[in-house]
Amino acid sequence: MAVDEGLQSELQKAGVFVTSVETLYNWGRRSSIWPLQFGLACCAIEMIATACSRFDLARFGAEVFRPSPRQADLMIVAGTVTKKMAPQVVRLYNQMPEPRYVIAMGACAISGGPFKQGYNVLKGIDRYIPVDVHIPGCPPRPEALLNALMYLQRKIDGQRLTGTDKVRWYDETDPAEFPVPEFGAHDLEPPFNRAVWGPQEPIQRGAA
Amino acid sequence: MNIETLTRQFPQTAWDVHTRSVIVPHVCLLDVVYFLKTDPEFSMDYVSNVTGVDWLARKEKTKGPDGKESEIEKPGFLEVVYHFYSMREKRGPVILRCRTDDRENPMIPSITPLFRGAEFQEREIYDLYGIRFSGHPDLRRILMWDEFQDFPMRKDYQEPDDYEWEPTPHDEVLDRAKQHYAAPHP
Repeated sequence: MAVDEGLQSELQKAGVFVTSVETLYNWGRRSSIWPLQFGLACCAIEMIATACSRFDLARFGAEVFRPSPRQADLMIVAGTVTKKMAPQVVRLYNQMPEPRYVIAMGACAISGGPFKQGYNVLKGIDRYIPVDVHIPGCPPRPEALLNALMYLQRKIDGQRLTGTDKVRWYDETDPAEFPVPEFGAHDLEPPFNRAVWGPQEPIQRGAA
Repeated sequence: MNIETLTRQFPQTAWDVHTRSVIVPHVCLLDVVYFLKTDPEFSMDYVSNVTGVDWLARKEKTKGPDGKESEIEKPGFLEVVYHFYSMREKRGPVILRCRTDDRENPMIPSITPLFRGAEFQEREIYDLYGIRFSGHPDLRRILMWDEFQDFPMRKDYQEPDDYEWEPTPHDEVLDRAKQHYAAPHP
């Protein structure tokens, strides 16, 4: 249950701070999102630039790039995901503890980008793992990554710990592990995880 | 450096004037490459590029001696193209083209024993074109995964059917869009 903002402000004037566990939880989570130190292609260079002093990811509490998935909260899929690399990406995601978030950075990570019609590039990492924020761009500017992080922080602020719309990891029926695709004779098996992604239905012209 | 020295030394080879390259039968490829490497007139010490070409079977019109036009079926084959340079003498390139007998069982001798730098390039050709190099020390796929069975750079490669809807399809993508989504693309 959210605290009434007017009441909260009145109480604060009297020296009483009222909040909910949910707000506290979300505040803690959003203020130190540790990304996984993990780059696949040229977008990773922009990610490094974002982490450096000029753009300074540390302003958002996300400067601690962890070299182990066990210590990371956020996976920034920065770059082209080839079909040969996709199982490893999914495996890394599976190894991350909840709560975990994914930012798909750049045209390749969200859809395959300029290599979409090719034979060896995955057409978007959201075929296998749930993505929280997609950033278009080739590569996106560091400001775009910062914006994505701020967007993710707003998204975390809206997380619910209870109720029907509670977060994924408190729902026991939801899968904690996502199936790792196998190397098939012609393509990855399966080509996508139906639980998180399905082929887009065509937009009917003149309908609507 | 006169390329005629090479074609005179190896009468099986032929100079192709359009591509400025020497067509070498695969039986004498190693001898030709060894000659290029050791002969002081060439002294080719650097293989800059090894790549593959896929030639599908095609029909060719020819004129017989009686002036009648007839069509003959030319079988398809795969081809490996080599670019040699001499770093020491600052000359080159000498371009060799070596053709396989057919597209079903393509086999070409490996030049890796003579030029170590060709090892990964030959592995890449094996990966993408399916040409097997006899005498290669470690012939495995290099870019695609080991379980992969197709050869994606061949012209008759059929890619897996994972078409996605696109807002502005054109050319081949439009054809596939028509197959998958008949209604919205007139």
